[in-house]
Amino acid sequence: MALTGLFLVTFLVAHLAGNLQLLDMSPEGQRKFNEYARFMTTFPLVKAVSYLLYFSILFHAFDGFLLTIQNRKARPVKYAKENAGANRSWASNNMALLGTLILVFLVIHMKHFWYEMHFGELPIVKDSQGQEMKDLYTIVAAAFTQLWYVALYVVMMAVLAFHLLHGFQSAFQSLGINHARYTPIIKSVGVFFAVVVPVLFALIPVWMFVNR
Amino acid sequence: MGNMKLTLKIWRQNGPNDKGRMENYPVNDVSEDMSFLEMLDVLNDQLVREGKDPIAFDHDCREGICGMCSLFINGEAHGPGRGITTCQLHMRKFKDGDTIYVEPWRSAAFPVIKDLATNRSAFDRIQAAGGFVSVNTSGNLVDGNAVPIPKDDADKAFDAATCIGCGACVATCPNGSAMLFTAAKVSQLALLPQGRPEAKRRALAMVEQMDKEGFGNCSNTGACEVECPKGISLEHIARLNREYLAASVTKE
Repeated sequence: MALTGLFLVTFLVAHLAGNLQLLDMSPEGQRKFNEYARFMTTFPLVKAVSYLLYFSILFHAFDGFLLTIQNRKARPVKYAKENAGANRSWASNNMALLGTLILVFLVIHMKHFWYEMHFGELPIVKDSQGQEMKDLYTIVAAAFTQLWYVALYVVMMAVLAFHLLHGFQSAFQSLGINHARYTPIIKSVGVFFAVVVPVLFALIPVWMFVNR
Repeated sequence: MGNMKLTLKIWRQNGPNDKGRMENYPVNDVSEDMSFLEMLDVLNDQLVREGKDPIAFDHDCREGICGMCSLFINGEAHGPGRGITTCQLHMRKFKDGDTIYVEPWRSAAFPVIKDLATNRSAFDRIQAAGGFVSVNTSGNLVDGNAVPIPKDDADKAFDAATCIGCGACVATCPNGSAMLFTAAKVSQLALLPQGRPEAKRRALAMVEQMDKEGFGNCSNTGACEVECPKGISLEHIARLNREYLAASVTKE
């Protein structure tokens, strides 16, 4: 869980960096984004890493599912009264629920953009060299003209934030990294990451909706 | 006598195979100076006088060092309050008219014997799997000061060794994990030079036994550390993770 989790954290940074280009909605920005999307789906090294990414997502979800089943079995009779708030954070107590929501979101998200980019019939535009390329930008912009779709993304980024709030620092503890000097830094960076990254992600659909 | 009136909701279970149920018990004349166990003694005295079956619960030293008392009180292991066992919990923590839930430790690895008493011998088996140093005691003992140990390490090892094996960590953990207990038992030896020769084997064997007993998996919620009557730190779980990872990748 820790290794795949940390890998997925690094993916979030790369994904966010690429997607922030969507904020530039000028024709120039649209062209740059489409060229970036083409690069990301054709460059061999990126493709290789993307397979590692698919594996990590599936492993993280499947391993989490198995561990949750084992954990349920470890307590066959539930407490009549349990004061979870007294000793653990809400996020840490609901990682499986948060993770499941994220997985469902990923299916919707990938169906809408990843699948369309790879296998769908997309409009064709010209790049700076005059060559034809798929116009993913228009698909994204069209999706984020719908208010419910924007709302879904904003809510799911809040879910991601809570998942990261526990997950980020938890991954280090699982790997045995706990040190009086470094753990407070890891925890602070984790909280910062868990807030800033989802907020920036959520900013994209909101921005595109407002400027549609 | 005291002046508090309480309603207790207590788990009753006739034996390991009984399904069990929560039952209500009104208790009067509770003094705020009583410990929680003394309050239960008063209730049991009342039940015996009425010709009813008294409530079975674990207890022994009643001074917080034996690890025998348990009880999940109002949703927390050893009740509200930090750094205490149930025998050190006083009724002044509650108010007149309160309803208090009293349940046994809930874990597949800690089966209920009767009512609130559970069988925690799974901990003994984890300990027996490697929680020791093999010392030849036949006349060749080494002087204690012959092996220098840094003060910080000795202190940390002692912190881990204060674990009384009560099982509050397992009871509190949403996953029913025994990592804090196992980590304490591994740590107290891993930090000392005497424990190093068997460190690898110990970490592997104790974790294996822990999994075999049916405890859940650690997800680092930190609930155990909060509820532990001895304040055993999550740092020890990280140390167990290091010991286990290193032993796993280097074992032959």
